[in-house]
Amino acid sequence: MSAMPFEDFETAYETLATAIDQAGPAREALFLTRLALVLGHELGDIASFRKAIETALDGLE
Amino acid sequence: MRPAGKGTLESLYFDYPQFAARRVPELDGATARHPVLIVGAGPIGMTAALVLARYGIKSVLIDRKDTFNDGSRAICIARPSMHVLERIGAVAPFVEKALGWRFGRSYYRGEQIFRLEMPQPPGEKYLPMYNLQQQYIEKFLHDAVAASDLIDMRWQSELSDIETRTDGVSVRISSPAGDYRLDADYVLAADGARSPVRSMLGLRLKGDNYEGRYVIADIRMDHDFPTERRAFFEPAGNPGGTVLIHKQPDDIWRVDYQLREGESEADALKEENLRARVGAILADVGHTKPWELEWWSVYSANTLCLDDYRHGRVFFIGDAAHIVPIFGVRGLNNGLADAENIGWKLALVLHGEADARLLDSYSPERRGATLDVFANATKSTRFMTPPTRGWRLAREAALSLSLKHEFPRGLANPRQMQPYTYSESPLTPYAEHDAEFAGGALCGSVAPNARLNDGSYLLDRAGNGMTAILFCEGQPTREQAALLAQLGRIDKRFVPVLVTSSSAASEAKAVVDVDGEIARLFAAAPGTLYLLRPDLHIAGRWKAIVAGEILKTAGLCLGSETP
Repeated sequence: MSAMPFEDFETAYETLATAIDQAGPAREALFLTRLALVLGHELGDIASFRKAIETALDGLE
Repeated sequence: MRPAGKGTLESLYFDYPQFAARRVPELDGATARHPVLIVGAGPIGMTAALVLARYGIKSVLIDRKDTFNDGSRAICIARPSMHVLERIGAVAPFVEKALGWRFGRSYYRGEQIFRLEMPQPPGEKYLPMYNLQQQYIEKFLHDAVAASDLIDMRWQSELSDIETRTDGVSVRISSPAGDYRLDADYVLAADGARSPVRSMLGLRLKGDNYEGRYVIADIRMDHDFPTERRAFFEPAGNPGGTVLIHKQPDDIWRVDYQLREGESEADALKEENLRARVGAILADVGHTKPWELEWWSVYSANTLCLDDYRHGRVFFIGDAAHIVPIFGVRGLNNGLADAENIGWKLALVLHGEADARLLDSYSPERRGATLDVFANATKSTRFMTPPTRGWRLAREAALSLSLKHEFPRGLANPRQMQPYTYSESPLTPYAEHDAEFAGGALCGSVAPNARLNDGSYLLDRAGNGMTAILFCEGQPTREQAALLAQLGRIDKRFVPVLVTSSSAASEAKAVVDVDGEIARLFAAAPGTLYLLRPDLHIAGRWKAIVAGEILKTAGLCLGSETP
């Protein structure tokens, strides 16, 4: 899978941060879970989704 | 539980009969050994007795109660179970009384997010599902039991001791008419989830318990909604918990609602609290007219089963062998399949038509079915009662996305009961032939049905032994005819069913498949043969006959061959 150009990735980062704030502390977990399901579905590949989950879980303090 | 002031059997719609204890021959010194003792006259025990009776085998059927089971229990009868009921000659009152259905709806916060539509192939005789209270199920089966000369029904008769030997089983039975010893060749333990037979033999169910608790309430109301399964996630009438609503005959409705986390069971079961909760749920579905309370209880999901459904000459059937979650309606339906599976095998063995090794296939086949049920039921149970924060969050995310998007909606599918495919059974030795077929029904699955021009059905022609469905042009070749004759020699119950593509067939009894619809259903060409077991599961299928393999398969189903 090709990674995003850095500029686009930076925009993704900013968009996500704004969206988490928009969801608010009470709904941020639900928002992020919905986001993960939508992205997983659009990714269309369970192996890549599992790998993304591992990457995100790894090193959580 | 019933409302204050009502007796335990004081129902709004059902009159519980009272059965007396009889004076039985054993109390007067009779010592005759019985071929089969069935412990427990619930739906599974009675069905087992009727399957045996279909084959002319006598049984003694005991139950410690003096009437049917009370309360709200199994209410959904799946299509394969209707075929079991048909084969034991008991289906007519079920068709008349039960409410057939094939649709369902799931809602999230009041909006419909999933439409359940169970397939109804045009050749099927029965609908995918029928709703009927267990009281009626037991009554209709009991009517058939009472009409059979082969079933010795003994109410108020409790098993107090059991001794198993290699050549038989001895039990002690206590009844108001006296205590006595009874000997049997085989025992079928159909004595339910708390099976005393299981305890007496020191056997234990193993598996998992789930956290989520549901209250089950039966009510009577005049409510205008078709017979469908309705599931409400996060409804206004039961915040924080799921609700299920099913329609039953006699204006009885079953309302199942999930208790909130940390909610006290004792408080939830108090009549005034229950009335308030059910009232809120009904208001939420638009029912504002009066309603009456019939019965209620509390339930939590389990997936538990025995390691082996056989203990020497004792076979466990139904809840005595396995306890499955209610979501997906598999308890009764799998129990009926157990009863039929052990029934035909035991009957053939007792008649001397099959070797006793055939009985070895009961536990792997039916325990395999249970494990398959567990896999499905575990998924539906996790959805219906999410066990942790992670499951709850994921479910809420999926349900809320379902409001506007199609892709997560399938998660709300209740995965209703499907008949199990015995593809890995020792009685299905040539399942690899499935690869040669472009479609049709898999080896080990239940044979599909087809409606014939005269209004009858293809499977009406199946016998109570092995059945071969042979597709041919005109009439069988000499080789095919020789094979059919040989099958008839090893199985005196064998029934050949010819399906011909030509209306000029010389075989008078052949099924004429002019437009090729049956051939398409079975992915068959002239020369294709399907071999069916007595329970109408496919023992094997061949594009073109391989006599050695077909005879070997039939032999395995009759216990005369070793796998």
